Parts: sequence; C-alpha cells; structure tokens
Amino acid sequence: MKRRKGTSDSLLTKAGGELDDRFKLAAPVRILFNKVFPDHWSFLLGEIALFSFILLLLSGTFLALFFEPSMVEVTYNGAYVPLQGIEMSRAYESSLDLSFEVRGGLFMRQMHHWATLLFMASILIHMLRIFFTGAFRAPRETNWMIGIILFWVGFFEGFFGYSLPDDGLSGTGLRIMEGMTASVPFIGPWASAALFRGQFPGTDVISMIYIIHVFIFPLILLALITVHIGLVFAQKHTQWPGPGRTEHNVIGFRMFPNYVMKQVGFMLFIWGVIAAMAGLFQINPIWLFGPYEVSVVSSASQPDFYVMYLDGLIRLFPAWEFRIPPYFTLPAVFWPAIAGMGLSVLLPLVYPALERRFTKDRAHHNLLQRPRDNPGRTSLGVMVVVFWVVGAVSGGNDVFAEKFDISLNAMTWAGRIGIVVLPIIAYYVTYRICLGLQQHDREVLAHGLETGILMRDPNGRFYEVHQPLAEPDEHGHTQIEYNGWVVPKKMNRVGALPPTDRGFFKSIEEPSDNGGAARDEIESGKH
Amino acid sequence: MAASAKRRRGWRKRLGALARFTGALVIVGGLYSVFSPSLYAQEAEDNAIDSEVVKGQELYDTSCISCHGDDGEGIEGRGPSLIGVGSAAVEFQVNTGRMPMAAQGAQAPDNYPQFTEEEAAWIGAYIEYLGGGASVPDDLAALVEHADVGEGGDLYRVNCSSCHGYAGGGGALSSGAEAPALEGVSDEEIYQAMLTGPQNMPVFADNELTPEQKADIIAYVQYVVNDDKDPGGVFTLGRYGPSTEGLAIFLVGMTALLLTTLWIAGKS
Repeated sequence: MKRRKGTSDSLLTKAGGELDDRFKLAAPVRILFNKVFPDHWSFLLGEIALFSFILLLLSGTFLALFFEPSMVEVTYNGAYVPLQGIEMSRAYESSLDLSFEVRGGLFMRQMHHWATLLFMASILIHMLRIFFTGAFRAPRETNWMIGIILFWVGFFEGFFGYSLPDDGLSGTGLRIMEGMTASVPFIGPWASAALFRGQFPGTDVISMIYIIHVFIFPLILLALITVHIGLVFAQKHTQWPGPGRTEHNVIGFRMFPNYVMKQVGFMLFIWGVIAAMAGLFQINPIWLFGPYEVSVVSSASQPDFYVMYLDGLIRLFPAWEFRIPPYFTLPAVFWPAIAGMGLSVLLPLVYPALERRFTKDRAHHNLLQRPRDNPGRTSLGVMVVVFWVVGAVSGGNDVFAEKFDISLNAMTWAGRIGIVVLPIIAYYVTYRICLGLQQHDREVLAHGLETGILMRDPNGRFYEVHQPLAEPDEHGHTQIEYNGWVVPKKMNRVGALPPTDRGFFKSIEEPSDNGGAARDEIESGKH
Repeated sequence: MAASAKRRRGWRKRLGALARFTGALVIVGGLYSVFSPSLYAQEAEDNAIDSEVVKGQELYDTSCISCHGDDGEGIEGRGPSLIGVGSAAVEFQVNTGRMPMAAQGAQAPDNYPQFTEEEAAWIGAYIEYLGGGASVPDDLAALVEHADVGEGGDLYRVNCSSCHGYAGGGGALSSGAEAPALEGVSDEEIYQAMLTGPQNMPVFADNELTPEQKADIIAYVQYVVNDDKDPGGVFTLGRYGPSTEGLAIFLVGMTALLLTTLWIAGKS
C-alpha cells in the first residue's frame, strides 16, 4: 500500500484548491472570513434575534408535522381528562394531541413560543441599541427601515401563531383583530368580511392564517433577514470611537477563526436559554383555555407582550365615538388600534429622514455616538420607551390591579394620565442626565481625576486633590479634546491599556505578597 | 222549569263550596295551632336545634348586629338585611373570614376566620330561623364524586371564567372589587358561593345551575386549580397568561443573554 504523503494541513490546502478550481470559492470566502466584527457587547444583540429565528424555523417545522389547520368539529377523546367529551375544532384537538400525546411535543411547542418572545424582545433591544447610538444614520437608513419592517412582520407572524391553536385565548385575540379591522372607516366591514370569508369566526380563517404563518411570512422574514445581514456586510459595521478608530476603518476580530467560534458558542447558549425556559416555565397552557366559543371570554385575556401596548392603548382610550347622521360611525377603537398602530409603523420608518432634516447632518457616519452626546435623540428615545411601557402595563392592568390590590379604575386613570405626563417627564429627566454626564466627562478632561485624597491648606480650606490627565496650563487646566468615548473616572482606569485584573463578575486579582509583608511590618509597629 | 232547576243547582254549588272552604280553614288552622312554633314554648323546651339558634343569636348580637341590625333586618348604608339569605351564605362569609368585616370597603376580603365552623353553623341556624333560605345539600360529597369534569369545564368557561379567569387565578372587577383566586377552596365553599352570590358575585340559583351542574363545576375547579399537575413547567408563572410570560422573557431570558453578551465580548 502506498503511504499518503504530507500532513493534514497540506491535505486541507489541496482539498481547498480542488474546490476553488471547480466552484471559484476563494475570493468570496476570503471576503467573508476577513469580515471584521467590533468587539463590544452591544453588537451581539441582533444575533439573539437571528439565532432564535433559526430555532423558530426548526421547532416550527416539527410542530407543522402534527398540527392540522382544520375547523372540522370533533369530539375530544384524548388524554386530557377535563376536556374529554367536549366538542372542538380539529385544529384545537391536534394542538392538544401535539401537547399531550406526541413525544416531546409540549416541549417543542413551549420552545417555539419562548423563542418567539425572545425573537421579538431581542429585536426591540437591538433596535434600542441602534437608535440610541445613532447607528441608523447615513448610509444605513435603509437597513434601519428593513429592521422596522422585520419587527412588524414578526409582530403579525407571532399574532397569527397565537391564533392558530383555536383555543379560547386565540379566538379572543382574533375577535379583537376583527373589531379593529371593522373600525376602519368605509372599508372596515368589507375588510373584516374578506378576512373571515363572511361572518366572524367562520370556518376558513384558521387554514388561511396557517399558510401565512408557516409559509408566506417566514419566507418574507428570511428574505428580509438575509438582506439585513447582507447590508451589514456591504456597508461594514459601525464602531465606537476610540484610539485608532476612524470613520474609515473597523477595528475588531476577523470572522474566521475568532468570531465564528464566539458566534457558535453564543448560538448554543441562546438555544440553551430557550430550551431551559421551555422546560422550566409553562407557557400558553391551551388546555386550560378550552376550545374557542364566541360566548366565552376570560378575565386576564392578554396578547403576547409585543402586542400588549396596543391592547393598553385600546383600554386607556376614552370611548369617543364620532358620528355623522344618519349612518356613519367612527368607533373609538379606531384611534388607538388603527391610527396608533399606523403611527407606530410610520414614525420609526421616517425617523432617520426626520433627524437628517432637522439636524441638517447629511454626512456619512461610521462612528457611533454615546447616548449622552446626543441628548435630544436619547431623550426622545426614552420618551418612546416610557410611552410603550405605560401602554404595555395598561394592557395587563387587570392582572396588576388584582395582584397588587389596586382598584382597576385607578389603574386605568393612572394609565391615562401617565401615558401623557410620564413621557414628558422622562424627556426632561433624560435630557438633564445626559447633560450632567457630558459635563462630568468635560470636568475630568479639564481638571483631572478625583483621587479621594482630601487636603487642608494652612488657612483651613479643604480640597480634593485631582490627578490631571496631561500637563496642566497656568490655570491648572488640561486641554484634552473629548473623543466621544469613555473618559477614565478612576485612577486605575488611566492609561491606554485595558484594566489588567481578570474576572467577570468580580475581580480575581491577588494582592501581592510584598505588600502584605510591608503591611505586617507597619501593623506590628516596627516603623 | 229549566231555569229554576239551574238556579237550585247553583245554590247547592255555592253551599258546598262554602262548606269545603270552612272545612279547609278549620283543618289548616287546627294544624297551624298544633304545629306552629312558639318562641316561648321552645325556650321552655330547650331542645338541641333551639339551643343552636339561641347560641347563634348570642353571637349575632355581639358580632353582627352593629351592621346587620336587630333580628337581621339590616341597617341602611351599613349592612343588608339577612332575612332569607339562609345558612349557606352565613357559613361562606364567616368561615372564609369575610365576615365580620373589619371596615367598610369595596369588598370584604377573605381573612382568617373569626369563628369556629361550629359557631358559624350556629349563626347560620339563627339566620335560617329568621327567614329560611338556601343551604348546601347534605349529599354534596356524593354529587361531586359522580360529577362530569368535562361538562363542568364547559360550564365553568361560560359562567365563571369571565371573572375568575381560565385557570381560576382570580381577576379584577371595577372600583377595587375583585373575583378571588380559587386556589385551595373547599367544595362546600364553592357550592355556597354559587348558591348565594357573595359580595359582587351573581347568584347561581338551582334553576340556573342544577345541584348536579354545580357539582360538575366544583369537580372541574378542583381538578384544574388544585389537582392539575401542570404539564409543561416547574413554574407556572401564576397562570396569568401572556402578561407574566412577557415579564419572564425580559427578566429571565433577556437578562441571561445580556450577561452572556458581556461575557462573550469581554473574553477577547
């Protein structure tokens, strides 16, 4: 037998060469492998959404093997005792069978639902990072808009998934959607009839939603995510300002091998967190809700959290009905539901253009801004967050009222007043905090670090010794330009190098023996 | 001829009716005078039932009278009349500690009971003595044992879930009132509550839900709220549905992953 020559390394090289000869891979793969990722934690938030989306595709495929989107009436005779003998749709029955009789089915269902919540939550958190650091500015406005559209497609994809099992809660959700659709002037009733192929609930809506949920919307999401990530590659990452970082470079780690390893680890960690939540926390116990009947509505019927602020707006909005006799009525639900949702889609989409218009800043930006350095935008963002939180809490105000022993009426009025007043207060407070943080940065740059050493001069005045960061001028001031990045605030943070002590949650630096010996000497009174 | 015969027959008819009427009055009056309860006579005899009524009255006069008035007649603006509410209502309110109420409010919350079950039964006997009313059937345990859980679930979702929630976790009503959680409640309590409609709860009388249907509901509530093994989780998040699930994804999922991002980015 002939011995093979060469090491495994040269074998790999040879295999690579053969592949390149046939598929012309070297050039694109080199670009891919050399893509540089900045190494700040805030750049990892979008990945949470990406990896939970992959898990959604996998777990959803499993669920689709067993779920039947059928509205045929059947009598349940499955494993769950309290529903035996109850009439229900085949869709609900197959969801119950999926939960109780398919091995691992309930776990997969719970994983699918937790992954959805994580997908939407991480999109929101990722969006906040992009917004507060100004990463959406030119040339990246398109990608910001794609991100917003991704959120809304995910929003409806999640809502449709919530509606599919045809349990009591799904039907309640669909009923509210029907009411919202029907509230649109002129076209509303027709749109609602088109959606349900006639009267609510009809027998077609589940199978229609099913195709949208498992095929059309996932395809749209997949396409948009591909473009979203493709644009990040084409336009390159933004990065924080800092030593050596300019508008024209990206400093960080190459895709291969460093970043790929991190990403694989991160992906497995995300999936682990979702799996752990699916195993530990019960989610959407459809067997408690029973089959959907039009006459049944439970208290504490809430949508998933990403829809909850809209539910809250509907709960808070006064019952102002607008009528033009003899026939025209504009129901109150139109304003929070349709106008509110329309604005929530529209305003984020046009925000980059609005900011360009008002700041007249048309330059390209590859360096990020710290939130404090753009107080107007930061305060606006916090204002929206507070508005959203008040809306979401009001969406669950009956649960809050009951569990915290507050009158539901008081909760509603607190929400009505809070949703107007709190964002304004939040704007002002955030603005002041941003200015304060800016000032403190400038103070350290001009006067030096606080050392914690208090001195008393001969005429009795106390003062703190400051360590200037450079040679001070005749007034004791240093002239250092603020470069848009963290200003050291402690003595052991000074210098170009990162802090030397190791450890994540707490420092694991050992005190040196030398110092210990000296301390012993001092304490034993030899000096 | 024919007319006078008719008249005579009419007279006879009237006489007969009068005789029957008098006879009936005599019988009823006689029976009444034989069997009618007389307070004085009973106090003298002092048998077991009457002693319960007397003991109940003693407790009533020290703990209930300030709001519900003399002989359970009620006091305008303080407490409703208790005549005709029956022992089921009394035992529910007293055994769950809702009565005696500490202060006037949106609703009497459940509390540690102030009386033993025996004492509650005495007060119940007294209120029953004042004006009758509904009481729990003696064979409730047998009824619940043969109940249909599935049917009970159907009835629960239609009649109860709009306030107490799908999973019996309770829910808020307007102006500070609430439908309490059903965790850990006994069969009797649920039956008494349905029968008498305490606080803000509607009355489900026997012509709305038969005793058998009530037993079905009790069996379902006990199954779902108290015996269910909660498939799908160590933590049920209180079974409040999406509101606590939304909190969990941020407090547990996002928090864990944000710490992970710090860790991964820190390990450069």
